[in-house]
Amino acid sequence: MTQSHSYNEACKPLYLHASAENTSSTGDDTGVTLEQELSQQSTDSSLPAEVTSHRRTTIIIICLGVLCLIAAGVSLLLGRFPISPSNAIRMLINSIPFVTIDPTWTNQESALFFNVRLPRIVMAMLVGCCLSAAGAAYQGTFQNPLTSPDILGASQGAALGAAIAILLGLTSLQVSFMAFAFSIIAVLLVLVVASHAKGNRVLVVVLSGVMVSSLMSAGVSYAKLVADPTDQLPSITYWLMGSLTGVHFSDITLVLLPMSVGLVVLFALRWKINILTMGDEEAQTMGVNAKAVRIAVIIAATLVTASSVAVTGMIGWVGLVIPHLSRMLVGPDYRRLLPASMLMGAAFLLIVDDVSRLISTSEIPIGILTAFVGAPFFLYLITRRNTA
Amino acid sequence: MSIVVKDLSFAYGNHEILHNISFEIPDRTLVNVLGHNGVGKSTLFKCILGLESGYTGTIIINGHDARSLGIRERAREIAYIPQTHSSVYDYDVIDVVMMSTGADLGVLGQPKHTHVERAYDALNKVGVATLARRPYTKISGGEQQLVLIARAIAQNARTIIMDEPTSSLDFGNTVRVLTCVRELARQGLSIVQSTHQPDHAFLYSDKTLVIDDGRVWAFGDPKDVITSEMVKAIYCVDVEVNSLYGDTVRVCVPVHAAQHGKQDLKST
Repeated sequence: MTQSHSYNEACKPLYLHASAENTSSTGDDTGVTLEQELSQQSTDSSLPAEVTSHRRTTIIIICLGVLCLIAAGVSLLLGRFPISPSNAIRMLINSIPFVTIDPTWTNQESALFFNVRLPRIVMAMLVGCCLSAAGAAYQGTFQNPLTSPDILGASQGAALGAAIAILLGLTSLQVSFMAFAFSIIAVLLVLVVASHAKGNRVLVVVLSGVMVSSLMSAGVSYAKLVADPTDQLPSITYWLMGSLTGVHFSDITLVLLPMSVGLVVLFALRWKINILTMGDEEAQTMGVNAKAVRIAVIIAATLVTASSVAVTGMIGWVGLVIPHLSRMLVGPDYRRLLPASMLMGAAFLLIVDDVSRLISTSEIPIGILTAFVGAPFFLYLITRRNTA
Repeated sequence: MSIVVKDLSFAYGNHEILHNISFEIPDRTLVNVLGHNGVGKSTLFKCILGLESGYTGTIIINGHDARSLGIRERAREIAYIPQTHSSVYDYDVIDVVMMSTGADLGVLGQPKHTHVERAYDALNKVGVATLARRPYTKISGGEQQLVLIARAIAQNARTIIMDEPTSSLDFGNTVRVLTCVRELARQGLSIVQSTHQPDHAFLYSDKTLVIDDGRVWAFGDPKDVITSEMVKAIYCVDVEVNSLYGDTVRVCVPVHAAQHGKQDLKST
């Protein structure tokens, strides 16, 4: 009853509008005033609303960007070995090519700043940005708000790759390579299986993702079983928990290319992801090749997820929770949701990483902390859905 | 000609759904498609919309062979209005409408100001512009259907296919939606809609296409096509087709109900 009532309210003026147009030629006074009233109404209610809501979300996105910068600045100063703000700024300026200023810092400070703290902060922001962007994109293309970037087995694949590499006694760089390769292989396997299966495309892809994931995690369990319990098993376990400890600039140069390619593709497809949320058939009748866009999104999201997981290990929840928080702030439109998720993810992971390295003398793996934040939020989310 | 279908056959595996269907729909025509559930109406629509490609025969849309049209080219010729459905995310109505305006955008293109204007024009045409900034998931079913009609208009295609647009709507919303569709056909669009109400065909269509068992049972003026024999053959119920207002409108009345009514009158 209430619905049809609101419908009447919405439609009445516009039906009147039509009649006003018809009668205005006869010079009918009421017709003219109605028309004037209506034209005023439409400019008052619709167009400025468009502008203000757009402006509001733009401001939110700018605020998130500023938050990122502040978090990065503060994180540079935080740590067990304090660096003064003036020294931090001077060292940064000094690192710009062709600019040299007299050092007021020690070599030890400089080494810590550039080899430990800065790469770690950059990596935390990159990984947070990537996982959130991939999660947001997946939630749209699979029309499911409970999707995370590892739904297609990217994380479990990486875990298996890393576990095998650790069993073989490879270097940490090689472990990252193996994790990256297995992550990509797992997702390709999902796509091949899904292309041969019949039924609802979205469901088939997600189902094969879940299956391949569990296959990969069985492999990880077996690797743990046969691992040497004195050194290999702890390092596999530690890898699975995810951590940004010991990130170097070489790691960043390694992942920068696949990450930026993936992020650029996701960002470019942001409007098409909107249309995909309406379902494949509707998207197709509106001129969007749903299948091709979905494959492009999957490949791009896999690139960024695999690169993230390869260097940091498993960091869960970021890709699920951040897109939801962003959606609450800027709405479901991916033209704003995607940049908002990227910035919020970067700030979030950086702050959580700061907590993980400052909260106690021995670092807590960041994967554990994100779960502490993520799991309660997830529960809140599903209970809220049921009551709505 | 808006849509020309020649010798269209379609099968899922060995199960043949459509057999040698042929018909021609002129421009500016509102066509009602009748037929009981599972008779192949939706499959026919999917073939015309290019969502199913494994058919034999020819489909020509506004002079273009459907097979030769790319996805974006097809979207410029023909639009689709699905049944109302809930969206997973609560997009604003204006954004939902704008989604169809991208057929002229490249793969990486983003909608511009002209697309926003096109979406507002379409909402105005249907009479729901005041809803533009409301979330699509929070408006009523009738409003959602009108918004989906606006979305099809914003697509700027000359031909529109509607799959049972009023099946989940109450009486008032059904009349509103059908009136809107009638008006759009008068303004120059060709619209093909499936429905379960033979009565609607008299009021809201120029031609009626009856499909039974995957074949064209009849196609023509509703007054010639919708007879008590047709309803008996297609839906297996006895009806009387009566005319009202000097035969400008006709209605189908189930015979049993009509006789019961007469008996009740006599006994009182």
